[in-house]
Amino acid sequence: MNDSNFFNLVVGILASGIRLATPYLYASIGETFGQRSGILNLGVEGQMLLGAFAAFYVTLRTGSLWLGVLAAIIVGAFMGLSMAFVSVNLQAKQGISGIGFYLFGLGMSDLLFKKLMGTVETVSGFPSLDIPWLSDIPVLGELFFRHNAMVYIAYALVPISWFVMNKTTFGLKIRAVGENPEAADSLGVNVALVRYVTVILGGILSGVAGASLSIALLNVFQQGMTAGLGFIAVALVYFGGWRMWRVLLGALLFSMVNALQLRLQVEGIPIPSHIMVMLPYILTILVLVLTVQRVRGPSALTKPFQREG
Amino acid sequence: MQKWRSGLKLALSPERVKEILPRILDALLPVLAVLAALVIGAIMLLILGANPIEAFGALVEGAFGSTNALAETAVKATPLLLVGLGICIAFRGNVTNIGGEGQMMIGAILATAVGLVLPGWPAWVVIPLAMLGGFVGGAFWGAIPGALKAYLNVNEILSTVMMNAIAVQVMNFLLNGPMIDPEQLERASRIPQTAPLDNAFRLARWVPTRLHAGAAIAVVLAFFVYILLWRTTLGYRIRAVGLNRDAARYAGINVPRHIVMALLLSGAFAGLAGAVQVYGLNYRMITDGSATGFTGSAGFNGIVAALFGQLHPIGTIPASFFFGALLVGAQKLQRVMQVPSAFVIALNGLVVVFVVSSELWRLRRQRQRMARAASEIEETPPSAGEKGVA
Repeated sequence: MNDSNFFNLVVGILASGIRLATPYLYASIGETFGQRSGILNLGVEGQMLLGAFAAFYVTLRTGSLWLGVLAAIIVGAFMGLSMAFVSVNLQAKQGISGIGFYLFGLGMSDLLFKKLMGTVETVSGFPSLDIPWLSDIPVLGELFFRHNAMVYIAYALVPISWFVMNKTTFGLKIRAVGENPEAADSLGVNVALVRYVTVILGGILSGVAGASLSIALLNVFQQGMTAGLGFIAVALVYFGGWRMWRVLLGALLFSMVNALQLRLQVEGIPIPSHIMVMLPYILTILVLVLTVQRVRGPSALTKPFQREG
Repeated sequence: MQKWRSGLKLALSPERVKEILPRILDALLPVLAVLAALVIGAIMLLILGANPIEAFGALVEGAFGSTNALAETAVKATPLLLVGLGICIAFRGNVTNIGGEGQMMIGAILATAVGLVLPGWPAWVVIPLAMLGGFVGGAFWGAIPGALKAYLNVNEILSTVMMNAIAVQVMNFLLNGPMIDPEQLERASRIPQTAPLDNAFRLARWVPTRLHAGAAIAVVLAFFVYILLWRTTLGYRIRAVGLNRDAARYAGINVPRHIVMALLLSGAFAGLAGAVQVYGLNYRMITDGSATGFTGSAGFNGIVAALFGQLHPIGTIPASFFFGALLVGAQKLQRVMQVPSAFVIALNGLVVVFVVSSELWRLRRQRQRMARAASEIEETPPSAGEKGVA
């Protein structure tokens, strides 16, 4: 392999890593909102699967990709609403109810797939949207400006969510509710409403994360296609210390490892593929070990709030 | 007759009823929650275009309709019960073990390896050794997230989910490579399975059904787990750590060690479930390449069964049987009414959500009872209080 080939290989891996970060970004940003307000939603994986199926099926039937995204948004919002009701009003243990929603999404998406489609089909997903001029720049063009719309939106969400969380009154309310709901309540903040909004937003973004898999990255739907990605997205929130920019960093780290792993398999490196597929999961555990020590999460995380009365 | 009547009167006296009724209601809560989930399931069936009454009818017939159906239900219930017993231990210690799937796989791998390296040995040596292998394999896979939780504060839910994903790859690697059946190597199909175990190593079976001794082992172990949790120091400490970590620490209990123990034991029972699947059912380890190919999601469904059994080992016995029935009935549902068996996974998810949500009412009544008891103590005259102290 000569130098220019190797250079192209590296650029290719980096570019596909940037693309593969998309589902992590949507899901982790949504989860960050929820956790910052004190709700741990472990059903992300299930929400993603249902979103992925809804987006894929609607796109397949209508031919419209944006209608597909809309379907994922609706399904995700509904799942988020259910999670919010169960954790805010019924004060259920969030760790376990989230697993319930995961199983529901896993079974339901598979059920609908078998009932409505039966066989694996493909759609032509979001086309690559080359930014004029910029995409012609060597290297940088391939890295940053030749992706599809879902990728651009995911990256745009990072500064937007950072702004909402840190520079708006609503963001302040979210953080207050997650740190000290009693104090927020005494100042007139509607704790339940804030939590509803963040968890529904989280559901929507998880649904879109699923859509980004099924109609933008892979362009197929298969049962259980997320393969733990939703759980990794939750882990990334811990890794990012509940901060948007660090969550972005975590998402990139994971997608780069994944891109590298996929490319090494294609190149026929003599390491068993099963061992390679393991890497992101082992990395998740290592990352949790390394980060949990130094950052403190929202104080009221997983604690239901009840007005004394 | 007179005596019997007065006894009945006493049993039904308002005070007695007041005392017993809340307990009955508490016990009924999960049942109501499951019923609610079934109602939602019925609505889902309607939307899918299946008559819910016919569908549930097919489900019940498939699960209980014949001796063989009943035996199949018990066969499906066995791994759920074993995993569920482990879940009781973990959740009582307030650690959430979602890693039953992975712990089952590692346990099964170790147990299978024992049988494969000792061919021709007497069964009374190999079978206990293999069960021990399953126990140790699952314990090892549970102890890792346990230690991470206890000493490094890593969220055990996330780490056990990751351990599941890693175990799937370990299993697929071994069953496609080092442990693959030599016969499969020569064929094109290359089914990921090990060589068969010696016929002598098979657990006793109630012919002609597939019901095997593993079911009896699981039921006996349920009583062992009950004794462990409520009649031994170890169980007492695990529950104390689960109820209040700070209080347990002040009482001198080594909290981290008991967090590890809770997850280790929890994993051990899941590992045993894996071993029992191999020695009681398939007589080799086999998967289909998917993540749940070997376990059939028993690692997840065991959580559902334990929750339904109110995290009580004895309650988990009928709960596992119920969910075993759902799984067997689902196969009939698929054959007769073309409702994919994934329906039951979705239904199980709903059951989990409804059962944990129903806890609210139990806690609320518990709070009321405590408030009432507290107000009664306040009402007693001070002299009585002094007597109590003396």
